[in-house]
Amino acid sequence: MSTSTAEPTSTSAAPADKSSNGAPRRDGYEPNMVLATQTFDVVGTRPVRHDGADKVTGRALYGADLALAGTLHGAILRSPHAHARIRSIDTSRAEQMDGVHAVVTADDLPEAEDKLVDVGEGDTRLSYVHGNVLAKGKVLYQGHAVAGVAARNQHVALEAANAIVVDYEPLPSYMTAPEAMAPDAELLHSDLRMKEFGEQTDKPSNVAEHFHWTAGDVAEGFAASDVVVERTFDTSTVHQGYIEPHNVTALWNHDGRLHIWCSTQGAFVVRDVTSKILEVPVSNIKVTPMEIGGGFGGKIPVYMEPVAALLSRKTGRPVKIVMSREDVFTGTGPTPGSHSRVKVGASADGKIQAMEATLAYEAGAYPGSFVAPGGMCVFAAYDCANLSVDCYDVVVNKPSSAAYRAPGATQAAFAAEQVIDEIASKLGLDPVDFRLRNAAKEGTRRADGPKFRRIGCEEVLQAVRDHPHYAAPLTGPNQGRGVAVGFWFNVGLESSCTLNVNTDGTVHLVEGSTDIGGTRTSIAMQAAEVLGIAAEEILPEVVDTDSVGFTSVTGGSRTTFATGWAAHDAAQKIVAEMRARAAKLWSVEADQVQHAKGVYSSNGNSIAFRDLAAMSSKTGGPVSATATVKPRGVGGSFSANIVDVEVDPETGKVEILRFTAVQDVGKAVHPSYVEGQMQGGSVQGIGWALNEEYFMGADGTMKNSSLLDYRMPTTLDLPMIDTCIVEVANPGHPFGVRGVGEANIVPPPAAIANAIHRAVGARMQRLPMSPPAVWAEVAGS
Amino acid sequence: MQSIHVRTTINGQAAEFLCEPRQSLLEVLRDVLRLTGTKEGCNDGNCGACTVEMDGRIVPACLVLGAEAEGADILTIEGIAEGSALHELQNAFLEGAALQCGVCTPGFIVASKSLLESNPDPSEEEIRFWLANNLCRCTGYDKIVRSVQAAAGKMQQETTS
Repeated sequence: MSTSTAEPTSTSAAPADKSSNGAPRRDGYEPNMVLATQTFDVVGTRPVRHDGADKVTGRALYGADLALAGTLHGAILRSPHAHARIRSIDTSRAEQMDGVHAVVTADDLPEAEDKLVDVGEGDTRLSYVHGNVLAKGKVLYQGHAVAGVAARNQHVALEAANAIVVDYEPLPSYMTAPEAMAPDAELLHSDLRMKEFGEQTDKPSNVAEHFHWTAGDVAEGFAASDVVVERTFDTSTVHQGYIEPHNVTALWNHDGRLHIWCSTQGAFVVRDVTSKILEVPVSNIKVTPMEIGGGFGGKIPVYMEPVAALLSRKTGRPVKIVMSREDVFTGTGPTPGSHSRVKVGASADGKIQAMEATLAYEAGAYPGSFVAPGGMCVFAAYDCANLSVDCYDVVVNKPSSAAYRAPGATQAAFAAEQVIDEIASKLGLDPVDFRLRNAAKEGTRRADGPKFRRIGCEEVLQAVRDHPHYAAPLTGPNQGRGVAVGFWFNVGLESSCTLNVNTDGTVHLVEGSTDIGGTRTSIAMQAAEVLGIAAEEILPEVVDTDSVGFTSVTGGSRTTFATGWAAHDAAQKIVAEMRARAAKLWSVEADQVQHAKGVYSSNGNSIAFRDLAAMSSKTGGPVSATATVKPRGVGGSFSANIVDVEVDPETGKVEILRFTAVQDVGKAVHPSYVEGQMQGGSVQGIGWALNEEYFMGADGTMKNSSLLDYRMPTTLDLPMIDTCIVEVANPGHPFGVRGVGEANIVPPPAAIANAIHRAVGARMQRLPMSPPAVWAEVAGS
Repeated sequence: MQSIHVRTTINGQAAEFLCEPRQSLLEVLRDVLRLTGTKEGCNDGNCGACTVEMDGRIVPACLVLGAEAEGADILTIEGIAEGSALHELQNAFLEGAALQCGVCTPGFIVASKSLLESNPDPSEEEIRFWLANNLCRCTGYDKIVRSVQAAAGKMQQETTS
């Protein structure tokens, strides 16, 4: 296969040419293919990750593995009510229990100033972060933290937490955006006033913000359309579902310095937010990011760090708190449930004439649902002049929502991509061909204003069209094939990197981006490429906030892109220094020394990087360089799926028969880890599509807060996930990187819904598409 | 609370410990014996991150009491590599990029080793069935299943050659 820009090249290193029974794959396709546009020496290869041996032997230290001498163990008391006023908290019995060292409540926190704080992926009001850490006056969701205890061990801490007596006055609770938006709904926050079109109004409301973007004239566009489809959609609250629960150890030392060890996507976010909450200068806080057991956006917020710190200050000892799985479900960021309406019109020639969307997302207890990114992405794959998008950020009595892999985009694509599919059907057009006719390209204006730079939407859709999967026949009744496309911006933010050259020719790389899936290696590879040495000769280390320059979160698909760029820039400085060192050896000017693939040469002299490094002491001393970046050249990523399903009409169960993920990643620095991101994001999307939901009782409490009942996909629920990496180089990055972490979760629910429709004729307007929901639709259609 | 004295074998070595009656084997391994390679993901038997082998059977260590380990033979992730040589499964997981965050990896490796001992040439379906109690949220399982297949192939080559 080929696309307009690419030739197929390397394929998976995995033993992928045979199916499980040893027979050749059914139609001779490669399960993982890379459509490479540019080749390098190191970038694009598949070295073993630097932290690999530690992680397959159990040696890697995650936050819960830390045990400082004298550690006390903590527990958090959480609200049993979805919405209640706190009349009083009596901690006396808990404090008197044997083995209990300290108890804290919101009264132990400094008063929150009325100011904004950067929480990793944008600003929010400090009082909201404050209120979420320990509830003051009111609890806003079941699981809302009310008090913290430090005790001899976690059993005693838990018993003591349960001995705290809280007098609650239950209040009416609202679980969905439409309920909370109702005119007679009680306010969650008495001081919340709606922000509308960027302006602060004085309207008390549970709608924290209303965004509106428009382009062209949608009325005219619909009038010019031969086919118009309008539908409403709902999606349930789901959780990021990382396997490692949140954890923290804090030591407030007697010299006033606070040291925090935790599982976080952003050590500097923990430092800066904790500093604001506790009113301690950032210079007095050191955060050591431990190995992180998954995050997907959910380990950006600060939850227990300030509580553990306060308990440590009270006791003078390190305090460690590890969440239970139930705490993770009820107390940490799920991704918003949503209610949306999408209307699209197209003319008989297959051109989209108008697109209109209204999205209302559940922010949870505090504003900030990522509905705006949803609105920016909802029609991003299409080139249409007439656009109108309204977004509502609505507070409800659920946990304060957090980022989850392309936050906001999946809910929007579930709606938009089904309407697009329906229009293609009505026009009698192939769904991929219809999307290609209308695909966004360089210069297309997005609903929220910006014009796309070079993007790979068309190339991704062409790869779908040309993929052997798309032409393969379905093999039985009640089977259907669906496609969908999704978009995520990716972000740049800020990164730092230091390289220290060792005299044996290896290079220590110091960085501050938590490694959540192999980024030590993808960053090191970019430095290795510039230096002309092997990936294994770079020794990357993720360090604490005292030991590296500021680095933003591991999030927004930015780590390989931005921290890799910092490594690239630092490596360029090393090359410049090494040229100067060689020049000294040969008594020439530095600009007379050339560098290629790790060899420095001038006028017939040449010396390898390793030998030059060995002479550093004689040529001027240690060689070291630091670079910091705030990149502007962020390249968005498009992702598409082909999925075959079989629906059991008797039970409504949907089986995924075959799944192909296609994504433009710009440049796959480490193709195996890129495939892994695409496969992992796809499967999270499959779980979101078919099973996962916060099942809420009438009292607003979660009824399925265990991994048995929440039911994330297991090995048995899935086939292999085939990948097709499309490389449309991002002109804004030295190696063309766009980032791969997020866009892959966007299309699966929509693609599966489209497949279900083609299999059994049911149009699924609600997630999850669980057996009872599908059965009801099939029975009704 | 009265402590219980337990004698057991862990990774081939005799081990003794004191534990409270309410402490799970997982808690004992991690907090008492400091074998922190065995991970806690849920503490109710539903994620498989704490999978260990006990008298030849894989069990979630969170559902076994420490006191129940009396006289048992226990294998944890720390006992999988032999000396400085990684087990073929560990090599295959690294070569096949079968881990991302790595927190579920110890459980997967212990469970997979047990599978390959009873079934040296498992089909994809058999691998998927065996590993269905081990949750991974990062990889989508594709590369894990392929890596177990690759390790099985390598181990069979070694036994036949």
